[in-house]
Amino acid sequence: MSRSDWEVVIGLEVHAQLNTASKIFSGASTAFGAAPNVQACAVDIALPGVLPVLNRGAVERAIRFGLAIGANVASKSVFARKNYFYPDLPKGYQISQFELPVVQGGEITIRVGEGDKAYEKTVQLTRAHLEEDAGKSLHEDFHGMSGIDLNRAGTPLLEIVSEPDMRSSAEAVAYARALHALVRWIDICDGNMQEGSFRCDANVSVRRPGGPLGTRREIKNLNSFRFLQQAIDFEVQWQIDTIEDGGRIQQATVLFDPDTGETRMMRSKEDAHDYRYFPDPDLLPLVISPEWKARVASEMPELPGAMKARFMEQWGLSAYDATTLTASKEVAAFYQATVDAAGVAQAKPCANWVMGDLAARLNKAELDASASPVSPAQLAGLVARITDGTISNNIGKKVFEALWNGEGGTDANAADAIIEAQGLRQTNDAGAIEAMIDEVLAANQKSVEEFRAGKDKAFNALVGQVMRASKGKANPAQVNELLKRKLEG
Amino acid sequence: MSLTTEQVLRIAGLARIELADGDVEATRAKLNGIFGLIEQMQAVDTSGVEPMSHPQDVAQRLRTDVATEPDRREAFQRVAPQTEAGLYLVPKVIE
Amino acid sequence: MINASLTELRAALDAKRISSVELATLFLDRIAAHNPSLNAFITVDRDGALAAARAADARIAAGNAGPLTGIPLAHKDVFCTEGVLTTCGSKMLSNFVSPYDAHVVSLLKAAGAVNLGKTNMDEFAMGSSNENSHYGPVKNPWDTTRIPGGSSGGSAAAVAARLAPIATGTDTGGSVRQPAGHTGITGIKPTYGVVSRYGMIAYASSLDQGGAFGASAADCAQLLTAMAGFDERDSTSLERPAEDYAREIAAPANDKPLAGLRIGLPREFFAEGMAEDVRAAVEAALDQYRKLGATTVEVSLPNARLAIPAYYVIAPAEASSNLSRFDGVRYGHRAAEYRDLAEMYAKSRAEGFGAEVKRRILVGTYVLSHGYYDAYYLQAQKLRRLIAQDFQAAFRECDVIAGPTSPTTAWAIGEKTDDPVQMYLSDIYTIAVNLAGLPGLSHPCGFGGGNLPVGLQLIGDYFGEARLLGTAHQYQQATDWHLRRPA
Repeated sequence: MSRSDWEVVIGLEVHAQLNTASKIFSGASTAFGAAPNVQACAVDIALPGVLPVLNRGAVERAIRFGLAIGANVASKSVFARKNYFYPDLPKGYQISQFELPVVQGGEITIRVGEGDKAYEKTVQLTRAHLEEDAGKSLHEDFHGMSGIDLNRAGTPLLEIVSEPDMRSSAEAVAYARALHALVRWIDICDGNMQEGSFRCDANVSVRRPGGPLGTRREIKNLNSFRFLQQAIDFEVQWQIDTIEDGGRIQQATVLFDPDTGETRMMRSKEDAHDYRYFPDPDLLPLVISPEWKARVASEMPELPGAMKARFMEQWGLSAYDATTLTASKEVAAFYQATVDAAGVAQAKPCANWVMGDLAARLNKAELDASASPVSPAQLAGLVARITDGTISNNIGKKVFEALWNGEGGTDANAADAIIEAQGLRQTNDAGAIEAMIDEVLAANQKSVEEFRAGKDKAFNALVGQVMRASKGKANPAQVNELLKRKLEG
Repeated sequence: MSLTTEQVLRIAGLARIELADGDVEATRAKLNGIFGLIEQMQAVDTSGVEPMSHPQDVAQRLRTDVATEPDRREAFQRVAPQTEAGLYLVPKVIE
Repeated sequence: MINASLTELRAALDAKRISSVELATLFLDRIAAHNPSLNAFITVDRDGALAAARAADARIAAGNAGPLTGIPLAHKDVFCTEGVLTTCGSKMLSNFVSPYDAHVVSLLKAAGAVNLGKTNMDEFAMGSSNENSHYGPVKNPWDTTRIPGGSSGGSAAAVAARLAPIATGTDTGGSVRQPAGHTGITGIKPTYGVVSRYGMIAYASSLDQGGAFGASAADCAQLLTAMAGFDERDSTSLERPAEDYAREIAAPANDKPLAGLRIGLPREFFAEGMAEDVRAAVEAALDQYRKLGATTVEVSLPNARLAIPAYYVIAPAEASSNLSRFDGVRYGHRAAEYRDLAEMYAKSRAEGFGAEVKRRILVGTYVLSHGYYDAYYLQAQKLRRLIAQDFQAAFRECDVIAGPTSPTTAWAIGEKTDDPVQMYLSDIYTIAVNLAGLPGLSHPCGFGGGNLPVGLQLIGDYFGEARLLGTAHQYQQATDWHLRRPA
């Protein structure tokens, strides 16, 4: 969206809700969907006299994240109070981290674009810190009043701040997607954007290339990748238009309206954003020992970057394939298990099946790879039968359908059962194929003449006829070869 | 150092405490008295001194991640000024 | 019975010479008779007390009474008490019936103590005279035209007037020690972190500490032992083995029971500023200590003079944030009329908070605000370290530090209310102790002009409560100031 005489500068702040069982500073449950205020305990509603105690699970997840992005996990970090008044903030302050966050630095590599325009880029992260979520103010009207639900108050958040390294909405979305995949991969956040588990704020500014940084505006609470892209595109254009019309950009917080596709300034909660940060005297410094970090590191699953590199180097997959297959932990695990069963030589065909037919069916059924009715072993079995010529690729699709529908049983060799039951074995008998070819040629004189006249399409039509006559079971390569010979000879 | 009326009103705004017009001057005078007391701190050279937030050099204790709190909404909302359908009611919140 | 020590009460209860119900009734009747003139109690829970007393009698009969089972006490209204009005001395919480018990309250309930009611206090624990209460000032039982001290004025007056044998308090800048001194009783504030703050409505989180009032060090020791201990709901609560704070309370072994004890006298505490009658009583007390075998040595706390300004930055800063939750949304006072959310907040808080509380919130808001944090809050925290270091240096030369608890005896109600700073300066000897987080105690050591009590303060090193109490106990074995009662 940006014109070549402008450079776009984008930084993202993501609030990821950590998937702990209880709140960051209290023992109330974090389960989604409860009736209003039944999961808001004394600490969460800030009764007089209550005090916060820190949840180990929240810290463990922060450590996991820090290690996964190659950041420095601070051996000492401090909680600070961010003071402001709002009905969904019971204490009148949010416990967060300010000067000394738990995670400092780090980076994430993203892949942007499609096909031969695709490129990779490493985005630096500034920091990630722990803080508590606020409650919710309901939109429905209670005779002119708002209803406040504090169930969400105190849910642990990891606020993940990137450097302003992104230069387009595409890069911002690629980063958000990569971060989303990572937090799900290492099982610290369920990534459910509809439920508010993963919320993006985008800081956007424009400048002349080589010029000083422009004033940025912050687009808050974007909860889908599509909105993220639309909001940034609109904002960028608006900023460019404003400047080119002689206006100046003022620092502001804006909201994106999905209905109009526009960003607009929020009515400010505080005219002066003076949060009066100071270390929370009810909490002591968080100390993370080298032993704790080492244990978390040893329990870390193989990360997407490492898996992708392995798929490329050891199995010869392309960058595109390897990236696609490591976009989610479930898909990667499925693919890994499939190749483990099928053998490394089948890595590429397995990749095609996982990215192709399996992905399509999973998407349509809105299922995770881990819930696939076709198991990795079964898929491996199918691939093996195609490779060894028992069936053709096209018949393979039929078999896949049958596997998906649970035919053939639950064993790893379900594909074999299906092939036998439906009589789908490929015909490799040259004699039988020649006989079929003769019949087809005899019945399709018109096509034969068209072919002899130079129409190549006619050849395919004839191949198609032979395949139909064989009910798809003829070995396509053989059909091609024999038909050619017969027509030429 | 001395606060101006404008500063007093700004702080009162930040603190969400309404100051009646008639009280502003008296409040300002008393606050300035207190700041006069506090000023004595300023002259002291504290370079190289570590700030002290807690008497003991102890680290934050961690809680096991398990949900332990029962639903006590009814008891908690008994002391609330206004509730409906389990929600706390406040004047309309404008985004 | 009303003048009996806890040991005597325990013996009487166990020997069935008196029942807990009778004992509670005795004190409840005294409260009914004297509270109108003293205003020490905000809430008297007659029904609750008698129910607890009946339960205590059952425990005593069954033979499983603890040291405090059946003993009446009073709680400063800063402690949340389930089902009982908890006001913190403020209009803001004048309708707040707490849905839960503070940890200290739970401990004492479990011990079988009988809560008579909630005592009056300076609003949100901010004050040195108990004149900042929404419920009216508390009167000093020794002279009801005078202040009892604050902020735990109600608890101190209650024990001094024998409306309760023991009472809980809280001390942020002296609010247990100073009223104990002004009312002629003993009061102790332990090391920061010893008593749980869960359910103790917060004023200044890094300074607040629950404390004990009694007629003697021995009684304080028993109450403190029952109040203290690790609470997992308070992150600042220290995980340490349980202590018997009465372990150094013993009969004197000889006529020099304090031989070997070095008492440090900070020159800064004995400079000008101390009233002559106070000086006389304190010097006499020090002579008594020397007679008991202690030696005195001059020490120095060079940064002590900075304690007051540092405190009046740190405490208001923390308070301004702690009191933000009082917004009329979920509990407490909500204004009757407002046009929108902003006005609801501003009016509820303006109406609910008294003048001193508002002042401290404004001071705290200012010192934390953008651009001022380093010059004020950070600077104060650095001074705090210097003050703590001063004490550590002094404790290399002595075992306990002694001095007057207050520069004067109790002043007249209304005398210092015009100028907050005047009031603040009266905390000069107690405040540094909170900044350092050390334990401190005040016991009576004589009388000044107008027959007003004078308190002597003893300050110990971290976790030195038992020694402080033991030291004061020896003094109280050799003197009788602590047995004097107001007319």
